[in-house]
Amino acid sequence: MGEGRAKDEISPVADRVLRVLLPIAMLALGVALWELVVRVGGIPPYVLPSPWLVFSTLVSDRALLSASLLVTLTTTLQGFLLAAVGGVGLAVLFNQSRLIEYSLYPYAVILQVTPIVAIAPLLLIYLPQQAAVLACAWIVAFFPVLANTTLGLNSVDHNLVDLFRLYGATRRQVLFDLKLPAAQPYILGGLKIAGGLSLIGAVVAEIAAGSAGAGSGLAYRIVESGYRLNIPRMFAALLLLSLAGILIFFALSVLSHLMLRRWHESAIVREV
Amino acid sequence: MIRCDRNVPVGSSKSGTPVVALRGVGKSFANDVVALERLDLDVWSGEFVSLLGPSGCGKSTALRIIAGLSEPTRGKVEWVEAQGAYAAGARRIGFVFQEPTLMPWATVAANVRLPLKLAGLAADAPARVDAALARVGLSGFAQSYPRELSGGMKMRASIARALVTETNLLLMDEPFAALDEITRFRLNNDLLGLWESLGKTVVFVTHSVFESVYLSQRIVVMTRRPGRVFTELSIDAPHPRDERFRTSADYAGYCRRVSEALACASAGTDEAPTGS
Ligand SMILES: Nc1ncnc2c1ncn2[C@@H]1O[C@H](COP(=O)(O)OP(=O)(O)OP(=O)(O)O)[C@@H](O)[C@H]1O
Ligand SMILES: [Mg+2]
Repeated sequence: MGEGRAKDEISPVADRVLRVLLPIAMLALGVALWELVVRVGGIPPYVLPSPWLVFSTLVSDRALLSASLLVTLTTTLQGFLLAAVGGVGLAVLFNQSRLIEYSLYPYAVILQVTPIVAIAPLLLIYLPQQAAVLACAWIVAFFPVLANTTLGLNSVDHNLVDLFRLYGATRRQVLFDLKLPAAQPYILGGLKIAGGLSLIGAVVAEIAAGSAGAGSGLAYRIVESGYRLNIPRMFAALLLLSLAGILIFFALSVLSHLMLRRWHESAIVREV
Repeated sequence: MIRCDRNVPVGSSKSGTPVVALRGVGKSFANDVVALERLDLDVWSGEFVSLLGPSGCGKSTALRIIAGLSEPTRGKVEWVEAQGAYAAGARRIGFVFQEPTLMPWATVAANVRLPLKLAGLAADAPARVDAALARVGLSGFAQSYPRELSGGMKMRASIARALVTETNLLLMDEPFAALDEITRFRLNNDLLGLWESLGKTVVFVTHSVFESVYLSQRIVVMTRRPGRVFTELSIDAPHPRDERFRTSADYAGYCRRVSEALACASAGTDEAPTGS
């Protein structure tokens, strides 16, 4: 996290303050400019709502929007957990058996390279809506976990592998005491990507399902508000989605930091 | 002017049977590097033998082949006493790699405990880990992580890990190369003490003439790559050895002879004129 330090010569405290203050200042500036443009230009809300109107919509529609947020977050979280378990599980399986890896890996790649927007409508035909949405979140999110974990499991220090062999470690011990701990930074990197992607997967599926009308997640609200020309609510829902994404990213960053802070180069603050 | 003699009474100074013998071992890698060629080496039960040779001559490779971590491309490794303690399953080999080879995600104590954990010996593990750490002077760093240690401290942790289990063959690959003289001397003495009291068989790789003379009963000098045995010298000074030996005229004499042999071996004069 400390790569900024070498760029400019500032004291660590000032550096930390600036890190927080500068983005906030940029945000305030942007919002003020937006408000100004809307007011001075007299732009009607159905073309571009002012930030203030978006905020008051957020408050007035809070019951509806928070219910939708909960739906989307639940789907995202479930998709993410499935992706984490599925990605790590598949990677471990591939690592243990070449035959399984050769048989299945190409299909994991195919699943990944086929755009999810194109798969979603099909899934909606064959699966119940909730399952389809979940499947979408899973499909987009599991591959980075799989790919990163595979890389991590294969990146173990060869001398350590030899050492385990020398001391007669079982396959199980090699996996749990050597490979998985060594792969931790990679797994956490994969999870960080998967968090954002599972939100995208959930949103894509909700939008695809939108016309079917049964959904109630945030993305569905955006589509629905679009049909009704309720632009302020579109913006409010979009804001919530973006906040959800930020929240997920932060939660995973904190998790990663907590797990790696004692030993991994990426998480330690160098004392020079 | 050094005369390069190559009077090799291979293994003749020893009685009994070797524990393990390399017979005409050759090792070439996929990139066409021939690391070892026709290497013959006997390791006798309970002895302290050093492999001495120029950098890149295949010392680490030879050690890995003895440990069974690497397969020779030619020749074979014979476990002569293939029953009892040295049977394929029961063989307890301790290995100190040239690099510390610690698990970065585990504390020093957890790293040292590893061999016990893998062997399922959890019962008296804490006491043994403490003892091993104390032996290498790392008692205060049990809960530190490897990245918080200096290079030499990491190496000492790695040595502690090799000492924590009962081994009957200890293979050490330049374990003290990164240490300061004081620590190195202390660990030299500790290792000798351990060897004398426990009767382990030790194969010790080093590039230090002085260290090899101080520690070993026998020094095997290897030629530069492709590595093979250039000559063997036995160091007949009695054990236990201590600082008096280090400052004795005998020691200086041995060091000079070993240095000369090493110089000849390194010069690539494998089939050098014997001066006659
Ligand atoms: N895995 C490998 N792949 C290819 N070549 C290798 C490999 N390991 C060792 N070698 C080569 O084999 C030769 C002997 O290597 P080795 O590590 O045994 O030397 P060494 O005697 O231990 O040297 P040093 O004293 O510097 O540690 C070297 O030339 C090296 O380039
Ligand atoms: Mg070496």
